[in-house]
Amino acid sequence: MFGLKSNSLFSDTKKLEREIDGFVDILSEVGLVFKSIVPTYLNHSANGKFDEMVEKVKEMESKADKITKEVEHTLYEETLIPDARSDVLRLLEHMDELIGMYQGNCYHFSIQKPNFPKEFHQDLIELTETVVNCVEALCLTVRSFFRDIKSVRDNGHKVTFYEKESDIKFSSLARRIFDSELPLDQKMHLRYFVEKIDRICDQAEDIADEVQIYAIKRSV
Amino acid sequence: MDISIIIFLLGGLFLGWSLGANDAANVFGTAVGTRMVRFKTAAIICSIFVILGAIISGAGTTETLGKLGAINALPGAFAACIAAGISVYLMTKAGLPVSTTQAIVGAIIGWNLYTGSATNIKVLITILGTWVLCPVIAGLIAMGFFTFTKNFILKRKLHILRLDAYTRTALLLAGAFGAYSLGANNIANVMGVFVPISPFTDISISSFFVFSSKEQLFLLGGLAIAVGVFTYSKKVMFTVGNDLLKMSPVAAFIVVISHSIVLFLFASQGISNFLQSINLPSIPLVPVSSSQAVVGAVIGIGLLKGGKEVQWSIAGRITIGWFTLPIIAALISMFLLFILQNIFNLSVFI
Repeated sequence: MFGLKSNSLFSDTKKLEREIDGFVDILSEVGLVFKSIVPTYLNHSANGKFDEMVEKVKEMESKADKITKEVEHTLYEETLIPDARSDVLRLLEHMDELIGMYQGNCYHFSIQKPNFPKEFHQDLIELTETVVNCVEALCLTVRSFFRDIKSVRDNGHKVTFYEKESDIKFSSLARRIFDSELPLDQKMHLRYFVEKIDRICDQAEDIADEVQIYAIKRSV
Repeated sequence: MDISIIIFLLGGLFLGWSLGANDAANVFGTAVGTRMVRFKTAAIICSIFVILGAIISGAGTTETLGKLGAINALPGAFAACIAAGISVYLMTKAGLPVSTTQAIVGAIIGWNLYTGSATNIKVLITILGTWVLCPVIAGLIAMGFFTFTKNFILKRKLHILRLDAYTRTALLLAGAFGAYSLGANNIANVMGVFVPISPFTDISISSFFVFSSKEQLFLLGGLAIAVGVFTYSKKVMFTVGNDLLKMSPVAAFIVVISHSIVLFLFASQGISNFLQSINLPSIPLVPVSSSQAVVGAVIGIGLLKGGKEVQWSIAGRITIGWFTLPIIAALISMFLLFILQNIFNLSVFI
């Protein structure tokens, strides 16, 4: 009636809610897979489990891309959340980039096969865990942006905390690598990987800062 | 029907068009301005409910306006309406949200002054009093609603998309209520002066239903308002929705509902009778300004947010417009009456 599709409005809304939740789930799951991928690579780099996990990350990345497009389409088609639409889409795009960074790291491990000596394994695993925790905190920040605006600040603070932890771990590991007796080319190669993993945290922190600004804009 | 009657009625229809372009824009201005409701949807709902409000509940305020000055000749009513319409148009051109209410009151006083008829000072004071009360009440209602809604949303932790869907629905319902209240409260501005000299006769459709001459006038006025909504209100809606204060869609809803409640309060015979029945002072049934109600509600929300975001210079200009409009309308009214009487040899009063 009157050009208003009320049923369609509410069903589109519910569908979109599910899609956005699903998107955040994917980011969280990709992180958890990545957390397992690094130790799997370090311990059994030759076996098929690692490749299986990389394939899984690839599938999830494609799924996330599809959701981003669908959400973008519906938001514009149905002119939903006009005041926050561009913020939501930018947020999804930046989170998609984060998933892309996880995937990129997996590919780099798979293609370049860096040779991490055993003495660095534990530090690399811990760095990876901190990075994944940081992204998990980001997922909570994003979920609270959509549902519980009051918690955005608290969850955003956790992201900053993990980002700082990650910086400390990255510096310590990089220092240890360059203090070691390894040839310079290998040192450079390992530093490249450590740095790339740490960058995920930097991106997560940037997104968390963005979300906090969006939350201020969203206040009633 | 005499062709001259139709010409004179055109004055009222012109004012109706002004009301549709200006005051009706206030109802859905914030909703359309925040892009929560499409203009076409707003225009259709607004038109239907303005007409319903005018026909069903428009009688109360018409009576009050009639007491201010009973224009007793069609050319006089024509001059008053044209004067009000022109003054509203001039103010709209100046970018100030004014109301036909202020204009028609000014025009009637102009007729009183020109014809030497007495202005009922008691009624005038009541009307002017409500003009002060109207934005204040709207502001207070908006503040109360805003606080409640904000806490409710934070407590319920609604998803941004679900909140969006609820807000859209609420905006449409509040807008329909607002349009109904506007029709009920403001139809007096458009057709009130023609009621004592209505050219229509009652139509009996069956033994149960009589379509009175007053209702026919109100239907005509309502249609003129609808034309105003469709042809000229879009720009005003975006001005109302964006200029004074940058608003969230929820705040837009609160402005619409507060404005609607105020208009309804000053038009509802039922509420007035109820208050009287429990020995409380009744609310005067006075055509109030929808612009004042909207501006009052917007400023109320702005104050609750600390007042920094309100464009006070614009608010000041709007307030000056409210003082200036009735004076301009009175002067134009007197000028037109002079022309009609001395150049066209028409009798502007009996």
